Amino acid sequence: MIFSVPSINAAERERLLTTYPEVFHRSFWQRWGLAIAAVVVLVYLGFCFAFFNVIPTFVNGNWDRAAVYVQDWYSWRAQPRLRFLDGKVVPQWTSRRQYPEGANIDWLQPTAAGYTVTFGGDNDRLEVTLTQVDVYLDGKSYPVTLTGGKTLAPTDHPARIVQEENRVVVYYGFAGQAEIRTSQVYVQRRFLGWANFFFDIQSPFWGKSTGELLGLAFAGDRIDPAQSNASLMLDNFLHNASWQHGDIFSKLMQTLVMAFVGTLFATIIAFPFAFIAARNITQSKPVNWVMKRVFDFLRSIDMLIWALFFTRAFGPGPLPGIAAIFFTDTGALGKVYAEALENVDDKQREGVKSVGASPVVVQRYGVVPQVLPVFISQSLYFWESNTRSATVIGAVGAGGIGLKLLESMKTNGDWDKVAYMVLLILCVVFIFDNVSNAVRSRVMGKRGH
Amino acid sequence: MTHVADANHSGGLGSGLAESSRTILEHYQAQVRTRRIYTIISIVVFLVILGLSLDFANNANSGKFFERLPYLFDFLKHFVPDSPMEIFRAMFDLPSPYFDGSIKYDYTSDRVWITDGFYIPNFFYQLAITINIAIVSTIIGASGAFLLCFFASTNLVGAGVTRWVIRRIMEIMRAFPEIVIAGLLAAILSIGPISAIIAVSVHTVGALGKLFFEVVENADMKPDEGLRAAGGNWLERVRFAILPQVLPNFVSYTLLRTEINVRASTIIGAVGGGGIGEVFSLSIGRDHAAKTYAIIILLLITVICVDQFSAWLRRRLIGKQSFEFGRAAA
Repeated sequence: MIFSVPSINAAERERLLTTYPEVFHRSFWQRWGLAIAAVVVLVYLGFCFAFFNVIPTFVNGNWDRAAVYVQDWYSWRAQPRLRFLDGKVVPQWTSRRQYPEGANIDWLQPTAAGYTVTFGGDNDRLEVTLTQVDVYLDGKSYPVTLTGGKTLAPTDHPARIVQEENRVVVYYGFAGQAEIRTSQVYVQRRFLGWANFFFDIQSPFWGKSTGELLGLAFAGDRIDPAQSNASLMLDNFLHNASWQHGDIFSKLMQTLVMAFVGTLFATIIAFPFAFIAARNITQSKPVNWVMKRVFDFLRSIDMLIWALFFTRAFGPGPLPGIAAIFFTDTGALGKVYAEALENVDDKQREGVKSVGASPVVVQRYGVVPQVLPVFISQSLYFWESNTRSATVIGAVGAGGIGLKLLESMKTNGDWDKVAYMVLLILCVVFIFDNVSNAVRSRVMGKRGH
Repeated sequence: MTHVADANHSGGLGSGLAESSRTILEHYQAQVRTRRIYTIISIVVFLVILGLSLDFANNANSGKFFERLPYLFDFLKHFVPDSPMEIFRAMFDLPSPYFDGSIKYDYTSDRVWITDGFYIPNFFYQLAITINIAIVSTIIGASGAFLLCFFASTNLVGAGVTRWVIRRIMEIMRAFPEIVIAGLLAAILSIGPISAIIAVSVHTVGALGKLFFEVVENADMKPDEGLRAAGGNWLERVRFAILPQVLPNFVSYTLLRTEINVRASTIIGAVGGGGIGEVFSLSIGRDHAAKTYAIIILLLITVICVDQFSAWLRRRLIGKQSFEFGRAAA
């Protein structure tokens, strides 16, 4: 910063120094505190860097698989094996096949002697026959020979074709890759989007366009005579074998119920007990002390411990989740409520008391109107935060969407489903945040937090 | 007499009131009635939702509430260590007299040797990992939130697009399920504390970022005007006008966040992030009573100590101020 500093005389300087000594004489900590704190933090981070073996962990990470996992979030792979069986090329699919038996697949077309696999355009394709695989890269042909028990790429092959000991791997970038062996060609073809999101391959609606589906739903003949096409569609959608929409919705509902019921019960229980814990309302020091320590105890036991304990007691499901949230939050809410009660204005209580009201009525009309907005606002905050923590609690064993997420992640092949669930969770959290914000600003009036 | 009857009709309080006052009273009572009806309707709706939720939860659970309730403490009854001293031995990795070759009573082989003669008991070591995860991720998260928050506040950034983008990034970081980040990184980096650190850090950036920018938005803008008048650029205005006002609150929220992150890293540990959480979920799953109680006691002491220490530090730094609101973004 460049200031044009006006020159000041000695007397003025002296006056400034005596008037504002704290500005010119800062203590050691004021001057160096921030720098010392920064150095301490850096030293500590350096220590942790070594303690947690950061470099070896990152070096040993499966970074090639990382790219595949991340791509799986927004795209899907078709993985047929073109096997050479009895003098024929036969496509074989795994149990995760995305096409029904006998479907006409536009990128995998049979030819006279084998199959043509197209990777994006006609310039990038494989012509698979029993003796030779013609690899087309950017329109140029590289014949890979399969004779004599060996796979051999032409000597002038580019870097995207890799010759290994007993196989040749061709990389087509995002569109996929192919692994050529003497017994089979293993094709991985990648497409943007989620495969069979609405209907699985068993469904009669598979592969139909939106227009066809609308037509079927409202006008077409019944596919299943027992129910209308629209209801069959809904049933097929919810029971989609690869996406399990119905199951995911129900698990998500469990998580939401955990957070809602847990917070609600905690509120209901913490409300009266906070009156006992508040010094100004229950005038007995030992009782206040005991109540506050009970709250502290409930709060201090980790939600994890409650969750695991109640999972053992009730079995996996929403009940242990509810119980875990209930016990932790009774403590936390009780403490917050008691603090709010201790800060109430005494005049209103005295006013109600002076007209001869009974103790309960004094609390009802002298205290509750003051603290109710704060109470509701706090409970809404806890509800919001519990919607998020219920997911994690679920993963520990309480069930709900958390456990579903964990199961999907363990397979390492369902990252698209993980992405779908994350998207659902994000939507739900945003909706709940907005609902609770709206309710809170209504309750708190203009001064909302 | 008709006058009195009228007054009684309007609730009995209106006797002796002028016509206009009585109208006001009637309107007031009508409003009270409407409000009561609304209250009753909302309570009924609320109870119906609650009932449906409970029924749903009970049906979805593998054990039913009322069937399992009598057996609630059965698990605890069988879950008793052979002697109270066993808890102590498990905690400090001392040899057990009940040792029969099974891992249930094998406390000594988990010792973490520092030198030939000196070891750290395993649970203390795991606890140190968990606490370090919490502290490191709080530092990383608070730094990230600090860098982002100034770009999200209305009083410092005019461009609505910047603010909107930064706020949405924060929201997504806050709401993104931690276990997914931890799980994805565990698949790439193998299971360990680093995935837990990153997962908790990401969440902390979002949660603290929101609190931070709200503090910045409530800052007094007069110092900023002064600096602007003296020709200070944006960075200087933030450094000398805003930062001194908001730093105490930032520190306080960060300390509060440390408390929350200690709990969060325990839970993430149970899902596969290492640390005491993982050890705990293993030992309770395998019915190792002594080990489980040792960990519960350790966790309880840790949480209480961290809470007290951070409360003390906060009081010292910014005086008595209720900051429980900070838990909101947890």
